[in-house]
Formats: sequence, C-alpha cells, structure tokens
Amino acid sequence: MAKTLGPVKRKFSPWMDPAAEPFIRFENITKRFGTFTAVDNLTLDIYEREFFSLLGPSGCGKTTLMRMLAGFEEPTEGRILLQGKDISNVPPYKRPTNMMFQSYALFPHMTVEKNIAFGLEQDKLSKGEIAGRVEEMLKLVKLEQFAKRKPNQLSGGQRQRVALARSLAKRPKVLLLDEPLGALDKKLREETQFELMDIQHSLGLTFLIVTHDQEEAMTVSDRIAVMDKGVIVQVATPAEIYEAPNSRYVADFIGDINIVEAAVKETRSALGAPGLVELDSKGLSLAVEQECAAVRGDTVAFAIRPEKVRISADPPLDRSVNAVHGEVWDIGYLGDFSVFIVKLEDGRVMRAAQANVSRLVDRPITFGDMVWLTWPVEAGLVLTR
Amino acid sequence: MKPSRFDATVLALCFAFLYAPIVILIVYSFNASRLVTVWGGFSLNWYKVMWSNQGLMDAAWITARVGVISATLGTVLGTLAALALVRFGRFPGRMLFSGMIYAPLVMPEVITGLSLLLLFVALGVDRGFWTVTIAHTTFTMCYVAIVVQSRLLTFDRSLEEAALDLGCPPVKTFFRITLPLILPAVLAGWMLAFSLSLDDLVIASFTTGPGATTLPIKIYSQVRLGVTPEINAICTILIALVTLGVIAASISTKRAELRRIRDEHLAVRNAT
Repeated sequence: MAKTLGPVKRKFSPWMDPAAEPFIRFENITKRFGTFTAVDNLTLDIYEREFFSLLGPSGCGKTTLMRMLAGFEEPTEGRILLQGKDISNVPPYKRPTNMMFQSYALFPHMTVEKNIAFGLEQDKLSKGEIAGRVEEMLKLVKLEQFAKRKPNQLSGGQRQRVALARSLAKRPKVLLLDEPLGALDKKLREETQFELMDIQHSLGLTFLIVTHDQEEAMTVSDRIAVMDKGVIVQVATPAEIYEAPNSRYVADFIGDINIVEAAVKETRSALGAPGLVELDSKGLSLAVEQECAAVRGDTVAFAIRPEKVRISADPPLDRSVNAVHGEVWDIGYLGDFSVFIVKLEDGRVMRAAQANVSRLVDRPITFGDMVWLTWPVEAGLVLTR
Repeated sequence: MKPSRFDATVLALCFAFLYAPIVILIVYSFNASRLVTVWGGFSLNWYKVMWSNQGLMDAAWITARVGVISATLGTVLGTLAALALVRFGRFPGRMLFSGMIYAPLVMPEVITGLSLLLLFVALGVDRGFWTVTIAHTTFTMCYVAIVVQSRLLTFDRSLEEAALDLGCPPVKTFFRITLPLILPAVLAGWMLAFSLSLDDLVIASFTTGPGATTLPIKIYSQVRLGVTPEINAICTILIALVTLGVIAASISTKRAELRRIRDEHLAVRNAT
C-alpha cells in the first residue's frame, strides 16, 4: 500500500485525430523467409508517446515486425517511416530505436554500470555525462547498490531491470520490448508491468511491446494490434478489443468467451445503425443489440463473455433478456471468481462466471442444480468474421 | 558399489600400458650411467649436459618460435574461418568449405607434408624457418576453427544485436562483445595449435631446410644414433611442461565453476 503511484494518466487517443501525424508507419510491409511469409502486406500507424502492443501466438510475425523496426531484418517489400522519414535502409546501429531483448542480452563480461554505459559510450559523450546518466538510470530501476555487479550475480528480476535501464539510457525515440516480462514469475510480472507504465509515462517515450500474454498487453497498452499469420486482425484499445472484438479469432484469443454458431432470424441493424439482431442457434433464440452488417439468413457467430452471464436458480422475470436453462456440470473456484460450466438442455456447454462477493464456503448453487443463465441484449456479440 | 577384482586389474593394466613408457623415460633421465638401460644411481648430470648442448637448445628455441608464430597465425585464420562457417548461413559452397576445413584432420600427415613440400618447391621458396611455420599454420588452423566453431554455435546472437542496437558498429561489436566472450575458446585453440606444432615431426621434416631443425626432428635424428640420457632429460622437461599446462587448465576450470556457483548464490540471496 505504501507504494507511490506515478502521475495520473490522462485520456490519450491521437489515433482518433485525423490531423495527427503517425510517429512510426509500417507501409505495406511484407517479409518473406524463403517461401514462408512472416509478415504479409501489413500497414500500421503508431503515434508518439503511445504504449503499443503487438499481440499474437508464436509465429504470427509480431517479433519479425519489431525486428524490422530495430533494423535486424530488412522488409522484403514496403517501407518503414519514422517521423515521416524512410528508415528501411538505415543500419541498426544508426537507428534512434533501442530494444530490450527477450533474453535481456546483458553483456556477461561487463558490470551493470558498464552495460548501461555501453550505448552512451558509442555516442562519444563525456565521461561525466555518461556517469551522470548511468546513475540516473540505476536510480530509475532502483539498482543503485548493484552497479558493480556482473549480470550473473543478479536475480532474474534485477537482470530484467538492468536490460530496461540499458535500453532507456540513450533516450531512444522508440523503445522496443520483446516479451520483456516473459521470464519473470507472475507476481513480479504484474509489479513490473505497472513500473513499465510509470516509466513510459514519466519519460514520455513511445513503447512498442511484443507479447503473447494477453493480460500483459491489456494492462500496459494504449492500443493493441492482434496479429495472426502475418496480418493484423484488429487494432484497438484494450477495452475495445475485449468488448468489441471484430472476429472470432480476436474474441477467442483475448479472454474467456462462449461462442456458438447461429443464423440471423431478423435484423433491425445495418452498418452505422445499431439495432436488435435476432438469432437462432439450433433452436435457441438469442437477441443482441448492436451494429451489424449481417442480413437475414446469414450464418454468424454469437459470443458472450462468461462474466456477463448471470446464473440463478429462478427463471428471469424480465422477458426482454436472453435466458437459457441447464444443469450445473462443473464449478471452477478461482478465489475471486467462480466459473460455472452449465450443460444446456440440447447438450451444449456454456460458461458463466460470478464474482465471489461474500465469504461463503458453501455456494448457494452447486453441482447438478438446474439453473437459468440470463444476459441482457447488449451483453452478447454477433461476429460476422 | 565395490569395484570387483577384475575391474581393478583391468584399470591397473590400462594405466600401466599408458604410463609405463613415460615413467621409464623420466626415471632414466635421472640416471648417472651413460648406458640408457642400466641404472647407475641418481644424478642431475644429464640436465646439465642437455643445457650445454647447443644443437639441442637451438632446436628448442626454433620450435618455440615456430610454435608461437604458427599458433598465432593459425588462431587468427581459424577463428575467421569459424566465424564464416557459423555466421554467413547458407552460402554457395558452404558444404565444400566446411568439408575442406575438416579434411586436414583426417588427412595422413605424410600427404600434407609432401604436398606442402611440392608447393614450396614449385614456388621456388627456400625451405627453412618460414616454410615450417607456414606449414604448421595451415594444419593447426583447422583445429582452431573447429574449437572456435563449437563455441560460436552456442553463442547468443542477441548479445551482438544488443550492441548494434546500442549504436556500436559491427567491427567494433566483434572486438568489444564477441571476441571477449569467445576468448576462452580462442585461447584453447591457440594452446592446441601450439602443442600440435610443438610435437609435429612428419610435416616439419618435409618442409624444413638447413638451419631450421625443430626439436622433434633433432630428437629423432639423435635417437637414430643411439638414445642418450640427455634426450630423456629434455623429454622429461617437455612432459613436465605439458603436465603443468593441463593442471593449470583444470584449476582454472574448477575456479570458474566455483565462481559461477558463488555468483548464483549471490543472485539468489539478493533476489528482491
């Protein structure tokens, strides 16, 4: 509790401003390794001071994209612009970007302070200036007493902070972080996520982070790009990605979700005009209030997050909500939440999560109970892709 | 488990087989008698004789110089070859190149020596100190390349990328990051090259000329005239040097291991 928090974050959304110049622009970037296409005709804008995440499973091209920005890989096609200037042909040692490596890549034969000073020495700064900057960095990552240590005399968390200090020492225009917290345990990872956000905010830098950990991306980012097989599936804020995924892939990749196939029975919605969409999923009638381009007869997916589903032993009084009936098949107790796995009358399975707000060990709903699952029309999602 | 009598006997026989000749050589180097195989009491006389044998001392000095120069050249070339093999990925002719690096290892020395001799004759080079040195460089660099290559295969490329990323140009990165980290392997390669050069008889005898008699050639030619105890003495010194080298190497390995364990303890204790 005693921990001091950084400055209060202000609403930040330059991507909504059509006049804003992108800081980094990937323009029709394609990268092929032999016959394998790692990145496929990708275009992406990142804005100054943004904390941007590239999220996706391994092999989706996110690391390749970052390495192209750092200069370790050359795009096969397309251009990379930094502040409007094409940097595609600039070698890595002349780019104003710095990277924090997944393996940290600390120089094992140098002390912590030598590691941090390394980049500054390349810039031919004066001795005093280097010493001052190193001290500042050590203070930033709270490692002052470890300056004379070698990397292998540090714990994993300390090494991670040295790597961060080293990549920040040159005050890069863009800091690239490749799975920066992957090697840390859960508790330390969560702490470090907030530290990273504070540092990014207080230094006013642009951070680009590559991760496969969706929780990490959600916590730290201003925006997330979800990638799959070399293309970006969706770019949006964490809340949009979670609440309004644009496809089954994104919905399924981020968080827990129930997805069923359904056919459009009736729709009063079109693009730009939200309205009630009625669906039929193998006899179950479902209704969703949203903006949706699907027309009657289209096959779509209906999706709903477990925490938006209410579970109750009594049938709903309000006829406007969606309601399904089933039997509690299994309960996953997670401490803060319990996840109920309910088998519907037609044999399909649906998950509902409920916050455990009281300290009852015996829950009112238990295995084998017949229950009603209900959710309002604005809780579910129709996914057309 | 208690070793059986059979195991113990086999072990003893193996060691006897390996070390009996060496023990005999060392023991007889302290022999007061002039006759090699007759014990005449303890004496350091042959060491004194050896020291004042100008021919032997000259040969030792030449061998040392050939060893140092050829090992150094071989280490530079071998390291570069290893870098090319590991780093350039799949270039046309890579298989051929890597095969050609390994070939001299299995090539009979007689053939290596003969082909080098033919080359020097064809070029009209006077044989002597430099031809031996060049010959030793050509075959020792293969060993260095293999030692350094195996180190480079486990080298974390991201260290070099990190240096580049921090603004260090490639050549400087090699000297500041790569070389210091592969240095133990490079030094091991140098030691190997030096010791190979030191004990080479076949290739040296093909490529040497007047005034450039190396120690193995000298010893071999003296033995043909009969073994003298001073040969035993110089061989004992060589054995002592090699033994010291091996002991020093194992101590430094042990120390590095202890330091690594201590560092790890330090890291664990200070984990925050």
